[in-house]
Amino acid sequence: MWKTILRRFLVMIPQIIILSFLVFVLAKMMPGDPFSGQINPNTDPKQLAALKQAAGLNDPIPVQYGRWVGNLFRGDLGTSYIQHVPVVSLIADRAVNTFWLSLLSTIITYAISIPMGITAGRHQDEWQDQAVEIFNYVTYAVPPFVFYILAIWLFGFTLGWFPISGSVSANASGFWGVIGSQFYHMLLPAILTALVTTTGIVQYLRTGIVDNKVEDYVRTAHSKGVPENVVFNKHILRNSLLPIASNFGTVITGLLSGSMIIESVFSYPGMGKLFLDSISQRDYTTLTALILIFGILTLLGNLLSDIIMSIVDPRIRIK
Amino acid sequence: MEKQSDLLLDIQHLHTAYRLHGKFYDAADDINITLKRDEILSVVGESGCGKSTIAASIIGLYDHKNTKVTGDILYNELNLVGLNEALFNKIRGNKIGMIFQDPLASLNPLMRVGDQVAETLYYHTDMNEKARHERVIELFNQVGMPKPEEMYSMYPHELSGGLRQRVVIAMAVACKPEIIIADEPTTALDVTIQAQILDLLEDIQKQSHSGIILITHDLGVVAETADEVAVMYGGQIVEKADVKTIFSHPLHPYTRSLLNSMPQSDDESEDLHVIQGTVPSLQNMPRTGDRFAPRIPWIPESDHEENPTMHEVEPGHWVRCICWKTFHFQDQDAAVSGE
Repeated sequence: MWKTILRRFLVMIPQIIILSFLVFVLAKMMPGDPFSGQINPNTDPKQLAALKQAAGLNDPIPVQYGRWVGNLFRGDLGTSYIQHVPVVSLIADRAVNTFWLSLLSTIITYAISIPMGITAGRHQDEWQDQAVEIFNYVTYAVPPFVFYILAIWLFGFTLGWFPISGSVSANASGFWGVIGSQFYHMLLPAILTALVTTTGIVQYLRTGIVDNKVEDYVRTAHSKGVPENVVFNKHILRNSLLPIASNFGTVITGLLSGSMIIESVFSYPGMGKLFLDSISQRDYTTLTALILIFGILTLLGNLLSDIIMSIVDPRIRIK
Repeated sequence: MEKQSDLLLDIQHLHTAYRLHGKFYDAADDINITLKRDEILSVVGESGCGKSTIAASIIGLYDHKNTKVTGDILYNELNLVGLNEALFNKIRGNKIGMIFQDPLASLNPLMRVGDQVAETLYYHTDMNEKARHERVIELFNQVGMPKPEEMYSMYPHELSGGLRQRVVIAMAVACKPEIIIADEPTTALDVTIQAQILDLLEDIQKQSHSGIILITHDLGVVAETADEVAVMYGGQIVEKADVKTIFSHPLHPYTRSLLNSMPQSDDESEDLHVIQGTVPSLQNMPRTGDRFAPRIPWIPESDHEENPTMHEVEPGHWVRCICWKTFHFQDQDAAVSGE
């Protein structure tokens, strides 16, 4: 199994190099430069040229790329021209917020979808299955932002159960007070994100169970005199969880990148909101860094999926 | 022909019906067979004739919502029809072992093969983990697997087809069952492996004195291994006799056609006999008259019974319908094979 993981890891290196190159070229191809739109039109063009020269924007592209990559290795993602702070610190704050929100929504997602998928698969075509189906149709067909706004109106505004913006309340004090307030702020967005993420997992699991139930090896298990419950949990369920396991990496990536919509709707200071803000403010350095990070997260997510698969499925291990 | 007579399984008037579009259709229609100790009973017929349905009915593995089983399947005075699941699970794998057709599909891809065999022991013996492991190694030796210790921790996809089927057999015989049901055990295997697996089954039987129900469509397999043969067509048994009689004096038109469609190595010039038409589907199966009649249209209707029943023409030789008395092959009157 270690061989599988090592090989898979080595494959990632050229992928990251290509990714960084693409991200850099894309950034260079975007119209304008960091100074356009930010500087008083009366500024002396000479001064502007000097600024550009100082920022190294006149150097040949390969030199700029080399410098950018070199900085990356030193953990320097550049400085935001808009906020005038290092991108690293800008992202670090948001990343922590997004991480906790993601963790919470991942836990809720699986806590909801696995029992639902099992129920639907086990009681195929019975009322339990149909109830899950209706839930799926609704959560999948209704655009997420409609849910979010409805939930804010109902639970935040009308009932006042949850805060509807930010990540912590200003008057929270003490270590546990702050943690509690942060958790409270995360709860509603996490539940809502979970609700719209469940559909895929529920469907994968339900289909897996329905398909595996009629497999020959299940009949074999029955013919050995294995009790029904054990056949289900040990044989059917384990095989049906394979697609869920392989999907796990992708789900993690998606959540870590932050949901632009949920974070914007709740004004939650996370990666997704930072990404949207950077676009609207033309914060090129931050944008480039974020795209690179999202790209690497996707690669890591796929790696994670493959590692999980090689652990749970003996058929794809390399000897 | 009578061997040490010890009745293991007595199936009387078994009807197994599947629900299709809201109606039940008999896939096994009035089956009467018995299985004795030390006997290999072969159930032979084309795909869809209901032979696997009999196996599923005996071991109680069918979709209970859409299947209706009536009649009696008596195992030691215990009627397996309608037996409750908890009790049935004490019999399955313990007293009745089952071997399936496709050994790869029959094994759980995520479990080590040794553990899959040990699972049977877990539910039917009070052996501890170590004893189960040792018993599995012993079984692997018995079914002729090389390096049993290594094999224990292999996964199904790492084994060859023949080895996989040996694992399945080890699983079926782990608790020394009195009855072994083998549903097309060699169909998915190479011809060379087929012979080995059949030999293995016979060896196991000689040691354990169990009774085997061998379900197959392969007449070669029947000739090589069976003691008693039941030929099935359209959910019914059409002829039943010991293996010698079936091959030397087949009577029912279907049995004769089946034997005639077997390639003979000694006459290469002859074209292979082909039975006209196809087996009707479950829904289209004629429910009255001789079910094989539409495929031998040159035999006048008056030669068939209206409701064909089994007749004992010689002691132990049963044939359905009386049409065998006038049956002849359409094009080659005299070419009745057999002798």
